[in-house]
Amino acid sequence: MTRTKAVALAALGFAVFLAIWELAPALGFISASVLPPPSVLPQAFLRELSSGIWFAALLTSLRHYLAGLVIGCTLGVGLGVATGMSDTLEASLAWVIRVLRPIPGLAWVPFAILWFGIDATAAIFIIGIGVFWISYFAAHGAVRAVDRDLIEVAEAFGFRRPDQKLIKVILPSAAPGILAGLRTALGQAWMAVVASEIFGVPGLGQRMMQAANLLASDVVVVYMATMAALYGMFDSGFVALQSWLLRWKR
Amino acid sequence: MEAIISLDQIGLTFHRDGQSTEVLRDFSLDVPAGRFVAVIGPSGVGKSTLLRVIAGLLPPTTGRVTIRTRRDDGRLPVAMVFQDARLLPWRKVVSNVGFGLEHGRLSAAERREKAEAALALVELTGYSGRYPHELSGGQRQRVALARALAVDPDILLMDEPFAALDAITRESLQGELARIHAATGKTILFVTHSIDEAVYLADEVVAITGKPGRLAATVPIAAERPRKRNAAEIADLAGRVRVELLDAPAA
Repeated sequence: MTRTKAVALAALGFAVFLAIWELAPALGFISASVLPPPSVLPQAFLRELSSGIWFAALLTSLRHYLAGLVIGCTLGVGLGVATGMSDTLEASLAWVIRVLRPIPGLAWVPFAILWFGIDATAAIFIIGIGVFWISYFAAHGAVRAVDRDLIEVAEAFGFRRPDQKLIKVILPSAAPGILAGLRTALGQAWMAVVASEIFGVPGLGQRMMQAANLLASDVVVVYMATMAALYGMFDSGFVALQSWLLRWKR
Repeated sequence: MEAIISLDQIGLTFHRDGQSTEVLRDFSLDVPAGRFVAVIGPSGVGKSTLLRVIAGLLPPTTGRVTIRTRRDDGRLPVAMVFQDARLLPWRKVVSNVGFGLEHGRLSAAERREKAEAALALVELTGYSGRYPHELSGGQRQRVALARALAVDPDILLMDEPFAALDAITRESLQGELARIHAATGKTILFVTHSIDEAVYLADEVVAITGKPGRLAATVPIAAERPRKRNAAEIADLAGRVRVELLDAPAA
């Protein structure tokens, strides 16, 4: 299929989706107060925008998102690389990880509130925990899978210290696996943003819940669409970065 | 002439899961500088292990390895070529070749210059900007050879470097290596399964047999260089090495 045809089909499919959505309340299948048609959304969006609420919520959520993502992924990749390289460390942490790993990120909400209050730090903590495990396991697995023969090449050419092997061979070899994990984390973190803000931390999620409580379903959809658009932007940006970093691959 | 490599009663035993495997026993060998030594023997007699011991990648359990280098700049006196090229797939050819030079003593421009010179030596000028996956198996092996030559080692350790190539590529690379040896005067230790390859290339063929591997025979190959692959003299010598190998006492 040509690229143009694929884009045309995607656009057509989306148009049909919007049309069904628009027609369902108009034809009386469902009440417009429960499912606001897409045609009312621009108006709702402009209201949120002109009051300044949309932009403020967006900035706050972005701050939580980026801070949680960066902190969680840095720690996750760091620990994953460390346990991937050191059998001693992996064995020492085996049970700790087995106990902590199955706890869902949201199960940490009570502690996040106890420790940090209903505050940005709590949201960052929840988001960070979610992406920590994803990036930890991606990095650990990718480092474990590094070709031993290439590490021997590093040794044969005089790079025998662990930090030299890490920089020269292990990190570049493991990069595809680590980046794939980070991309998953990027999506997971948005879900955590909404979840953590639903508990009252200011941001897109909180505003969405306020709107839902007021039965302003059009505003709810505006925030849903906002999050979808943000995720789409981050994901495409990341994919571009990923393919630039991995340009050496076929 | 003083030996550049002296192996004095090398023994190596691997310990794994409570089991120990003796790979090499009482292996002594002196290699004079500039000599091309082929190490030959059946699979599993510790030929590759021997190279790793000389390269310092594996410490011997007993005995001593002495490498006499006139180097005082701390550069590696040995460089290794493996059976599979083992290029780093994320690096272009030129930075694969310059890999062993990244010890902080050379600028990027100097590394590049040395890498280009090594590429010229293996006749791959113009391939600097390619990625390894864009090369044929033979070209990749040439890059691996250039990577070893780029560090300008005194000793080149080659572990069945042409074994995975097709026959035509193999013969052309053998010719290249003979030319490079003549041009650079490197000491070369070349592990191979092939008697014909050993006899065509080497000044001396060293046969290892048995488990654990022991030195079975040393056959000097005095034929004139450059050599003709199908010369009667080469065929005779190959025949002699075959006899030596088959007559070697089994372990």
